[in-house]
Amino acid sequence: MEFALFLGCNIPIRLKQYETSSRAVLEQLGVTLVDIPEFNCCGYPLRNIDLKAFVLSSARNLALAERQNLNMIVLCKCGYGTLRMAQHLMKENTSLREGVNANLAKEGLKYEGDIQVKHLLTVLFNDVGTEAVKKKVTRPYENVKIATHYGCHALRPSSVVQFDDPVAPTIFDQLVEVTGAKSVDWSTKLECCGGPLAGIHDELSLDFTKKKLADAKKAGAHYMTTGCVFCQIQFDAVQKRIEAHTDSNPHVPSILYSQLLGLCMNINKDALGLDRNQIDITGLERFMAANDPGLNSA
Amino acid sequence: MKGVLRTLFSAKVFILLKVFVLDVLFQRWLMRKDFLRWLAHMCIYGGFLLLLLMHGLDKLITSVLFDDYYPTLNPFIFLRDLSALVVIVGIAMAFYRRRLSRMPRPKTTAIDYYALIILSLIMISGIFLEGTKIVSHSRYQDMVDEYTGLQDPEELNALEAFWADKFAVASPDVKEPFDKDMLIEGEQLHEVSCAGCHAPPQWAFMGYGVAKVIRPIASPLDRANVHTLLWYLHFMACFFGLAYLPFSKFFHIFATPAFLLADAVMEEGKSDPANIATKQAMQFDACTHCGDCTTRCSVAVAFNEIPNPNILPSEKLVAFRSLLSGNGLSEKRLMTIQEGSHICTDCHRCTDVCPVGINLEDLWLNLNRYLAELGYPKPERWARKAIEADFDLTKLKDRTLSLTTVDKGFTSALTASAQASTFTVCFGCQDCTNVCPVVGNYENPKKVVGLLPHEIMHSLALKQKELALGSKMLWDCVTCYICQEHCPQGVRVTDVLYELKNLALRHLMAKTT
Ligand code: HEC
Repeated sequence: MEFALFLGCNIPIRLKQYETSSRAVLEQLGVTLVDIPEFNCCGYPLRNIDLKAFVLSSARNLALAERQNLNMIVLCKCGYGTLRMAQHLMKENTSLREGVNANLAKEGLKYEGDIQVKHLLTVLFNDVGTEAVKKKVTRPYENVKIATHYGCHALRPSSVVQFDDPVAPTIFDQLVEVTGAKSVDWSTKLECCGGPLAGIHDELSLDFTKKKLADAKKAGAHYMTTGCVFCQIQFDAVQKRIEAHTDSNPHVPSILYSQLLGLCMNINKDALGLDRNQIDITGLERFMAANDPGLNSA
Repeated sequence: MKGVLRTLFSAKVFILLKVFVLDVLFQRWLMRKDFLRWLAHMCIYGGFLLLLLMHGLDKLITSVLFDDYYPTLNPFIFLRDLSALVVIVGIAMAFYRRRLSRMPRPKTTAIDYYALIILSLIMISGIFLEGTKIVSHSRYQDMVDEYTGLQDPEELNALEAFWADKFAVASPDVKEPFDKDMLIEGEQLHEVSCAGCHAPPQWAFMGYGVAKVIRPIASPLDRANVHTLLWYLHFMACFFGLAYLPFSKFFHIFATPAFLLADAVMEEGKSDPANIATKQAMQFDACTHCGDCTTRCSVAVAFNEIPNPNILPSEKLVAFRSLLSGNGLSEKRLMTIQEGSHICTDCHRCTDVCPVGINLEDLWLNLNRYLAELGYPKPERWARKAIEADFDLTKLKDRTLSLTTVDKGFTSALTASAQASTFTVCFGCQDCTNVCPVVGNYENPKKVVGLLPHEIMHSLALKQKELALGSKMLWDCVTCYICQEHCPQGVRVTDVLYELKNLALRHLMAKTT
């Protein structure tokens, strides 16, 4: 199984642990990753500004992967949704696609639409399979409750992104249960983290974040888990900022799914980069099966 | 000044020395990043330096160091041509590199070529000057008059024959083929009067090459005094290059080393803030406009669709500098800088790739802060503010919409897009508004967000441009796509809002300027 790894702009500079932990986990699961250094912005930040610029930006990445005949694996849900959206728009609108290809031709690139864009979670669920993942879990969690945060742009519009059932998705929950953790049901599970409005309307953005944190807490979650750059930043760095300014806070630390899985696969701590998270998540290890031999070796 | 002195007398002086040798003289930083670039740069810089010191400033330097210095003697005559060749090779490599890259890159401006053009002019005029002088019979005659007392026409002829044969002088008096004995006699005279100052001109291999080519037309050239003309050209090119130096890319000759040295000894947080500020100011001059940042830029590809050069880091830096220079920029210019500056993902790639080591990331942060202070924050934020000031729904309460606000052209932009045109099938069920978490966040949403999602769809059906583009809801949309997922009619509500935002930005910008 081979994929072109699409990191986007934020991961290498602001969320390095997502990259290192994902690489480590995927390697253990037999997924080969190919790096394409020419990749550029996924196009997401351009969507408010100019549709054509966003599609072109996406398309260049797609064309680069296509040139090497590789499907793409994306770690960020906004990046995933954006690339899928660009594919969709170019499929339904030939003149848009021709315009894009005219620009790409300047570099000798062409977008044909032959490759598939997948998210880390869909690769784990569909391509690797939960059974195979489960086999690698050597130190399962016990008695820990986790709130899965699906992320809007992976889930909707469902006809375009085709991630999971948009109303009652289960992929993420199943992947969490594989680790031995319990995935809790919570009311705003499928809603927005607030990230897209950060820097545009901070007050409203924080309203969303706070509401979700409170909801996750109410559902009894010890931790929240994400599979997206923006969601993770919101529930980690931004939550930390919120906590610095408010006395009563729910405090639900957020862990990237690749870290959550990697920890119970007994993967090297440096690769998981737990200490890179702003809010301490090392307490999660208290929930690991104590009698497992893996614990002693760690 | 105190800081300078203290630095001089501390251990930092060794750091400075090391940086000077490795980074300034040998440009180790560049070699590590890009060997070919380094080679091109070393060719130009090394070759030119040698020419300048040995040839340009020969009266001040070379003749002082070597008491038997003559430019017409080896090794000088050869070194002059060799270093000129090295410079030319370097220039060719630089031109080639600029032409080669295919990605969107800064338009290479006259300023960029200026340095290369002036250098080429200096080199070429110098070589042609050398060539014309070699063949010039009048120059030869002057020399003979000055350095020989020869009167005997036979001897004069012999010397001239020898110089015509071996030194490529174009003689109108003596004709080939030359008599063997005459050449031998000429050589003897040459040994006595001329050889002390003249190595064979073949050593000046480039000038000699030119001489060979122009020899057939040497007499008219000589009569027209072309070598004097070329001398002026050569001299003027050097002079002009020097005079324009502070305004051109050449300035990096001083600015870049100064920046590298400052960078080596200053630590953020430890050094005097005033010094740090100076260092930041130096970054602008240290930029050589090589365009590497733009080639590596993650969003540069957008330039193909949004032709705003300020998207490209290399141009953004130039814009920032003119912004800081204090000359009030027009509103329009400020807005293009604003747009360009915010089409940036802070990915740090430009900073990582900068061959001089300018902290561009830092610069962009400062630029955004500065723009925000001037009233030009992130466009989305700016648009939201502009609408707030401009459009108050409460004022609209008791007014029926006038037909004059109908803008027929407006919706054609939307109907051209497959996704945006879906607004036409909206039948007004209000599902989008009912499920919208932003609307749900407020007790009196209309007051906060302006038009609600379904109302925006309505205003589109009515072709009400000002209404549709003037609703704050556009900028409060979290793009969660819940509305779109729920719409029973398949209206792509979120995507319509996305496209409306595109239109609104353009509309607001046009309106403001
Ligand atoms: C004292 C040293 C000296 C002597 C002796 C001398 N020259 Fe020169 N000659 C020079 C210099 C220096 C130049 C270059 C002047 C310049 O740069 O314009 C020159 C230039 C020339 C040139 C023009 C071509 C060129 O390379 O610039 C000719 C021709 C020439 N000399 C011929 C002669 C001849 C013939 C003799 C012997 C009769 C002679 N020279 C003796 C120093 C000398």
